[in-house]
Amino acid sequence: MKFADEFRDADLARALAARITAESGDKHWKIMEVCGGHTHTIFKYGIEDLLPSNVELVHGPGCPVCVIPMGRLDDGIAVAHEPGVIFTCFGDLMRVPGSKGSLLDAKAAGADVRMVYSPLDALKIAQENPDRKVVFYAIGFETTAPSTALTLMRAKAEGLRNLFVFCNHVTIIPPMKAILDSPDLQLDGFLGPGHVSTVVGIRPFEFVTRTYNKPVVVVGFEPLDILQGVHMIIQQVLEGRCEVENQYRRVVHDDGNPKALEVLARVFKLRSHFEWRGLGFISQSALELQDEYADFDAEKVFSVPGVRVADPKACQCGEVLKGVLKPWECKVFGTACTPETPIGTCMVSSEGACAAYYNFGRYSRARERERVLASGDRPNGNGHSNGNGVEHDLVPLAVRAR
Amino acid sequence: MTDTMVEPGSGAAIRAASARIADPEQRVLERIAEIRKRKPSMREDAITMSHGAGGKASHTLVTALFGDILSNPVLDQLGDQAVLAIPGVDHIGLAVTTDSFVVSPLFFPGGDIGELAVNGTINDLAVGGATPMGISAAFILEEGLDVAVLRRVVESMRRAADRAGVSVVTGDTKVVPRGKADQLFITTTGVGVVALPNRIAIPRIVPGDVVILSGAMGDHGATVMLARGDVDLEADSLRSDTMPLNGLTAALLDSGVDVHFMRDATRGGVATVLNEIAQAAGVAVAIDEASLPIHDAVRGVAEILGIDPLYIANEGKLVAIVAKQDATRAVDLMRSRPEGTEAVVIGEVLAEPEGMVFIHTGFGGTRVVDMLIGDPLPRIC
Repeated sequence: MKFADEFRDADLARALAARITAESGDKHWKIMEVCGGHTHTIFKYGIEDLLPSNVELVHGPGCPVCVIPMGRLDDGIAVAHEPGVIFTCFGDLMRVPGSKGSLLDAKAAGADVRMVYSPLDALKIAQENPDRKVVFYAIGFETTAPSTALTLMRAKAEGLRNLFVFCNHVTIIPPMKAILDSPDLQLDGFLGPGHVSTVVGIRPFEFVTRTYNKPVVVVGFEPLDILQGVHMIIQQVLEGRCEVENQYRRVVHDDGNPKALEVLARVFKLRSHFEWRGLGFISQSALELQDEYADFDAEKVFSVPGVRVADPKACQCGEVLKGVLKPWECKVFGTACTPETPIGTCMVSSEGACAAYYNFGRYSRARERERVLASGDRPNGNGHSNGNGVEHDLVPLAVRAR
Repeated sequence: MTDTMVEPGSGAAIRAASARIADPEQRVLERIAEIRKRKPSMREDAITMSHGAGGKASHTLVTALFGDILSNPVLDQLGDQAVLAIPGVDHIGLAVTTDSFVVSPLFFPGGDIGELAVNGTINDLAVGGATPMGISAAFILEEGLDVAVLRRVVESMRRAADRAGVSVVTGDTKVVPRGKADQLFITTTGVGVVALPNRIAIPRIVPGDVVILSGAMGDHGATVMLARGDVDLEADSLRSDTMPLNGLTAALLDSGVDVHFMRDATRGGVATVLNEIAQAAGVAVAIDEASLPIHDAVRGVAEILGIDPLYIANEGKLVAIVAKQDATRAVDLMRSRPEGTEAVVIGEVLAEPEGMVFIHTGFGGTRVVDMLIGDPLPRIC
């Protein structure tokens, strides 16, 4: 575990937080983390407690579970109920409510729903059950899509006839555009998605700096990565720069992973449009299987209802996903909508902004500020930096880890 | 360790903080806290796996269905064991507990279903302050089960019972058709005696008490998860921690250490036990992440699967709530015994916010540690 602990060091965190506090001045900063993994890290480590109150993190649309619309889920559940089907998906999808219950409910009602950790597990199940139809409900951004693609390539090479993919893979750029075009929101910059960038690289985010004049820093998933990303955005703005920077160099190459991109292109093509939970239809924002893989396409092989289901009226997931509303500002947050009985998808996955806030974030602000005030130890203090901590070892982590 | 715990969290301090940020967010959070205090209701039409995972859904099932229909003064206490009065005797009571074991696979590194069935029931008695007297065992066997497998399990039960100094004194067997059970299920019931009034009682938990964990978290759950073979991971050093704790609890109680409460941290892990304690006692529990004992292999598995070790099951660990002045003595005593070599203070009991467990992260922030919701489902990326 030593490799990870280095990126969770409290002393370094305090030093970085002191710098952020000193440099952020009186301006109110709004920085959006695009990726659900970042949201999870922010809450898990209590990063907001370390930031001064004028630096606000806005939780963006990058939780792959949260953006799946109800109708798509209903379609998946309908396929799961087809005779002879073994329905496989990632674990955190199983609790997401469709219009008539979740996959867990479908399982309780007799459907053969199995949790897998990788699409290759679904392939293995298909090999072991030649008389059954094994469906993999694929979700995720460019991060998970290559593994689906590789699985399909292997299935095709092996002549497997009983594996099908229900493809819900989406791409990260279109929803970022949608958010940037939204008049409701004023952002100072983006923490770019680390894992997606391992595949696509950092260049696809250049439109954010060029067209919208907002800095982007691609960051990793450890808490120090995030603090450093925040600091780098503030520095860019203060120095009058507007660039795509790569904080996550230990993993992300500026050009991404050409092999993974090639695999994606071979198996997938862009859909003309795709519905996003809370954001509506966004053109060319999702992937579907190439015609060459039509035999593996669950949407073509099974009769899928394809009924569009409107989001529940009370649900304000869209505003939360866009960062217009904070989770607690939603009308049903924590009352009608809780992690046990979620109405909106932001409440289902632990990467969803609402679930993260509900599970990890309640009370910590009040308590932590009180603690900090009481102890006189001010990691998020009033503008003076702790010279002691700041000077030691602030070599950018990205560089150090190489 | 206690002196490194941050802030006393006095009610006045928190109220002052709340007043300073008397903003809409705080009001929303307070409304949620009110709603969470309401009695849960059973909304689902069918039982899902979540109802068996030991988290919120299990809690709802137990309180809103079983507790509601079978309600009586003993059951309503919803302890891991019930204490029955013996007519004409007022200084001791009869402690009763029962538990079913459906683990798959039957055998895993460090133990098997038979050993679990004995230790689990002994531990439920022991942490309630009772001295186990005898165990009953009921078996549901699937048609076709290998007799050699059954023999191995029962021999393991014998060894576990001998180790704990308790006998299996009665039992029952049923056989069901192939496919109607998964090889072998065991239900054990334990009977013991407990001195009255019982020193181990929720109302004795008070702010200022320390929270002690008897050893590293998550060994059992992580071991079984890997033994199932669903996840393609191997960790040679992983072993279930299944063991009887009655020796440890007896030593603690005999030593005169002022133990206020104990609970074994099984399904749902340490986080679930702490939440049950916080809610039942109307206190808050603050834990210090840096102090949590976790073996490297468990940390690795948890990290890869995106599961928090606080929610992973243990079968040989207890959480003890002990008076502050006895903390060091309690830890030293636990460490002197094989069951508690890695015992450590992990946190403290605070007055407010009532019913809440939170953790000071090693990174310098704070987060809430809620009850488990459903099964711990791995995150996808």
